[in-house]
Order: sequence, then C-alpha cells, then structure tokens
Amino acid sequence: MSAAKVLSYGEPGTTQDLMLRLAVENFLANEAALLDSWRLDDWLALFTPDARYLVPPTDLPDADPERDCMFIDDDFERLKGRVARLKSRYAHREYPVSRTRRLVTNLRLTGVTDEEVAAEASFLVYRSRNEHLAPYVGLYRYRLAIEKNGEFRIRFRRAELDLERLSDHGAVSIIL
Amino acid sequence: MDLQDLVQEDAGAGTFRIHRSTMTSAEILRLEQERIFDRCWLYVGHDSEVAKNGDFIRRTIAGRPLFMVRGLDGVVRTFMNSCIHRGAQICRQDQGNAGGFVCFYHGWSFNDRGELIAVPDPEGYPEGFCESGRRLLSPPHVDSYRGLHFVNFAAEAISLVDYLGSARELIDQTMDAAELVGGWQITRGSAKYDIRANWKLLLENSVDNYHFQTVHKTFADYMAGERKRANLPRLAGNPFADSRGVTYENGHVAMLTTAAGRSLANPSPTWTPEAIAEANRLREQMIATHGEERGTAMANRSRFLLVFPNLMFHDTQSGMKLRQFWPTAPDRMQVTQWELVPRRESKELAYYRLQGGVTFQGPGGFGTPDDVEALESCQIGYGCHEVEWSDASRGMRRDSRSDDELTARGFWRHWHALILGGTGTDRMGDPPVPQKVVAMQRAAR
Repeated sequence: MSAAKVLSYGEPGTTQDLMLRLAVENFLANEAALLDSWRLDDWLALFTPDARYLVPPTDLPDADPERDCMFIDDDFERLKGRVARLKSRYAHREYPVSRTRRLVTNLRLTGVTDEEVAAEASFLVYRSRNEHLAPYVGLYRYRLAIEKNGEFRIRFRRAELDLERLSDHGAVSIIL
Repeated sequence: MDLQDLVQEDAGAGTFRIHRSTMTSAEILRLEQERIFDRCWLYVGHDSEVAKNGDFIRRTIAGRPLFMVRGLDGVVRTFMNSCIHRGAQICRQDQGNAGGFVCFYHGWSFNDRGELIAVPDPEGYPEGFCESGRRLLSPPHVDSYRGLHFVNFAAEAISLVDYLGSARELIDQTMDAAELVGGWQITRGSAKYDIRANWKLLLENSVDNYHFQTVHKTFADYMAGERKRANLPRLAGNPFADSRGVTYENGHVAMLTTAAGRSLANPSPTWTPEAIAEANRLREQMIATHGEERGTAMANRSRFLLVFPNLMFHDTQSGMKLRQFWPTAPDRMQVTQWELVPRRESKELAYYRLQGGVTFQGPGGFGTPDDVEALESCQIGYGCHEVEWSDASRGMRRDSRSDDELTARGFWRHWHALILGGTGTDRMGDPPVPQKVVAMQRAAR
C-alpha cells in the first residue's frame, strides 16, 4: 500500500484542510484494512523507527507509561516482537487467528505542523473467535510523521479503551 | 459424586487426580462460597491505596460491595457498602477522598468512621435516633499484615497472622526488601479482565512452571531475541534447576525461581551498566541488613505465592504484582491485577521494572493472553463429561521442582478438606516417597 501524499494544509474549512483530512482518513482506513487482513508486516512498515504504541488500562485512560500501569507499552523493537509473536503458530490466543473488523470514525485533526499531523478518532474493533464476539471501543490518538516524500508514518499510536474491564475480551491479544 | 471422592490421592502409586465437576458444578461453587470464601481471610486492598486521611477505595469481595477508608484519625476501616436505611451504596466511586459519606437515596449522612450523624427531617424519627450508635457495618473480622488489608466474613476466625502462618516469611522477604527503597506503592491503574474458566484454573496456572515452555514459547523466543540484541549468549541448561514448589499450612502454596531481571535486586545482563550497578548495590544492602542467606533469597528469588484462596502475590522478574480472582459462575472469573513499585527507585530501574511487567504479564503482554487461552481451552474441554479426571501427579516421586505439581496438590488437599466441612488438611505436602521406590530409583541410576 502506498500512503497518501500530503499535498498541503490550510485553515479549517478550506480546500487544503479537507484534502489533509481525506489523506489522514484514507491512511487510517488502509491501516485498518491491513490489520483486519492480518498483513502485519505491511502494517509494521507504516511506523517510524522512534514509534510508540500504547494501550492504557481500562480504569485509567490517561495513564502515564513512565509511572502507571499499562496494558501495552511498545517501542519499535517490542512492536517488532509483537508482530513476530502474532505471526507465530505458538501465539495461542491468536492461533488460529481471530476475525476482526475495525470501524475508525469521528476523525479530528488536533494539530498540524510541517512535520507532523496529530489526530484523534473513535474506534470500534470487533473481534470474534471461539463463538464469542467482543467489541473493543475507544479513542485513538495518533501522531503521523510527514515524510520528505509526503507520505505518512506512524510515530505515536495510543488506543484508549472506553470499557470498565475487559469482560468478554479476556485480553488484548490483537493489535488494537 | 460423593464430595469425599472429588480429590483422590494414591500415595503408593504416586498419583493424584481431581474430579472435573470441581470445575463445572454450580453446587460445588455454592459450597465454595459457603465453606471457602465465607470462611477464609480475603484480601481487600493495600495501604498505599488509601495513603492520605480521607482516601477511600471501593472493592467487591466475595460478592459483597465494600469500601475501605482511611479515617481523618489515620485509621483504615472497611465498611459494607450498603446504607443501613434501605441498602443503597454509600460509596459510588472506585476511589477518592472524602471527610464523610452521604447516601444519595434518602440522604442519610455518615462520618469518616461510619457513624450515622444526620438524617433529613429528623423529626420523623424517635428522639436520639442518630445518636443511638447506628453506623455502617464492617465485616466481622478486619485486619492487616505488612500493609495488606484483609477481611473475614466468618463468625469465628483464626487471626490473620495465624492464617498466613509460615507463608508470612515470603511476604516478609518482599516487604523487607522494599523497605530499603521506601516501601511499596500501588501504581495508578489496574488490569481488570474476565476469563471464561473456573477460578481455580488460574490459581493452578499461577504456581505452575510446567506450562512455561509450551504456552510461553513466543515469550521465551522474544527474550532470547533481547539477549541476542545485547550480544549475550543463549541461556543454557535446565531453567528449573534452581527452583522449587513449597506448601504451607492453610492452603498457601508457592513457586520459587531465580530468573534474572528483578529490579530488586537481581539485574538482567541486558540492562545498562549503571542499572546493574544500582541493583547490585541494593543486593549488597539486603545482605548487609538481613544476612547472606536471607538477603540473597530476598534479592534473587522470584516468589509466586498463592495466599489461599484467591490472592496471588507475584514478586518476580515481571515486577511486583498482586492478582485476585473471583468466580462469577463455575465457568467464569473476574481478575484484577495491581502493579506495585518502590517509592524510591531510580528512574532507570523503575523503567526496567515496568517494562518487565508489561512485556509478560497482563492483558496485552506476551504471556498472559496465552494463559487465558489455555484456561478457556480447559474449560471448553470439560464439556466432555465422560473425561472425568484431571491429573496432578507430576513430581510426587521426587523432591519438588517448580515445574512439578506439588503446589496444585497442596492447594487441592486444603480445598478438599474445607469443602468437606473441615478447617484444613493435616498434610499439605506430598507423603514421603516409599523406601521401595527410592531404592528402585537409585538402582535405575
């Protein structure tokens, strides 16, 4: 997949702003498609080498990974490890893999510079396996680096769950 | 099935089996609630969660909504979270700070010590209604040990200290170790998750190393990759050579191992030289303060202790955690896991501690999700009623290693004694291996 080229950006409501929104939307939809089809190596290629992927606990969405409990706190090395694990037939929780479908919506651009776009979006990730359907619902916070060639790379990706507990989910074994 | 036959031990043959109705029967769960959860000491919370006067936390313990408050007098009290008027919950937040509590239903007011101090329209009540000693109720027994607060719902109960018995030494080692760095503090946030499996499956899993190589192969591979990146040789030899299982009185069991990577104070060679030096300094302090043997055990040993019936005390290379699990149905449990950190630890060691924890243990770790899968898989397997027995014989004929099932047997012996209506088992550990067998084993070598 080739990431959308960022043409330029402008004030809210302008054509440039809409173009940027569309580019981010397109990027996130393509990212979701990669995850739903378990193309994890292609997904990993979307990240910058200094990337971070975080999932705070259900009871503390604003958790600080430097001092609080976290469900997931991956730098790029551990993210590589996570992908390698999920591709293994010994990642028992995901072997055979679950089926997922991701709805990524209510996109808001929260900060734009020449180098980076910050964005928030609501997510609803359905996971089904072993006759059980479990929906993960929450908020994504992204920071997308704008590469020299105009393509996006994920520098920061935080999935804040709006659940009181992982009830039918049991774990966060998929990429959220 | 007769309750007497649920757990069967054949010392002569060296076999031990458990009837699977213990994992599926609603009647057994009812007996567990009556004879285990309503009789044993149950963990509620840690001192650091109510650090300041007025701090409170809310918990559900054995089906009872409770809340624990540090009063304005500094005393920690645990109350039944049910208004003595009509029953509504007095405390409706998971945590916070308050000088008193007002029931939102009809407005009855209680002070920080749980005493009724005001009701709206007092003229509707007999004179002196509020002053007559009415108060929120507490469980019949409330006590704490080394900052861990417990309750007991039985009319009569042995003391908490006697209940913990000699398992206290493991708790003491962990608490004494942290004294050198300011004591333990529960971090903000916790891992709350359900498992569609009987609660006892998680308990067995938590003190079982036998499953490590099979269930956690991907984690072992990841850690091997970490060593490779740090240009360290592969770990060789039997990973369980210096590890063992232990049984204590009252159903407590533990697994003791020596894997490196404990920030208190058994450093991993993958850490920076500064962090390794700091952890080693801490180890020296432990030995200087507590002697060679105990100090080394405090530093090196990972302690996986089950405080019977449902509190896991993990002081391991995955950090310091408390994990509690409650049955909500024969085939379902609710789990909560809390992470503890020393109050005074360098940023770097704290980082390794948190990273060690998040890598393996927890809903998004590289270990726990596969444990959850294994437990749920067992529970699905129990649908085959014709396969009546589970086996826990491993290691009955040798000095226990941590990958043996001594810990499971210790738990089940005590569990069985309580389910039969007794107060405990005479023997938690395995019977001595018959001389005849020892001689045969010797001859075979």
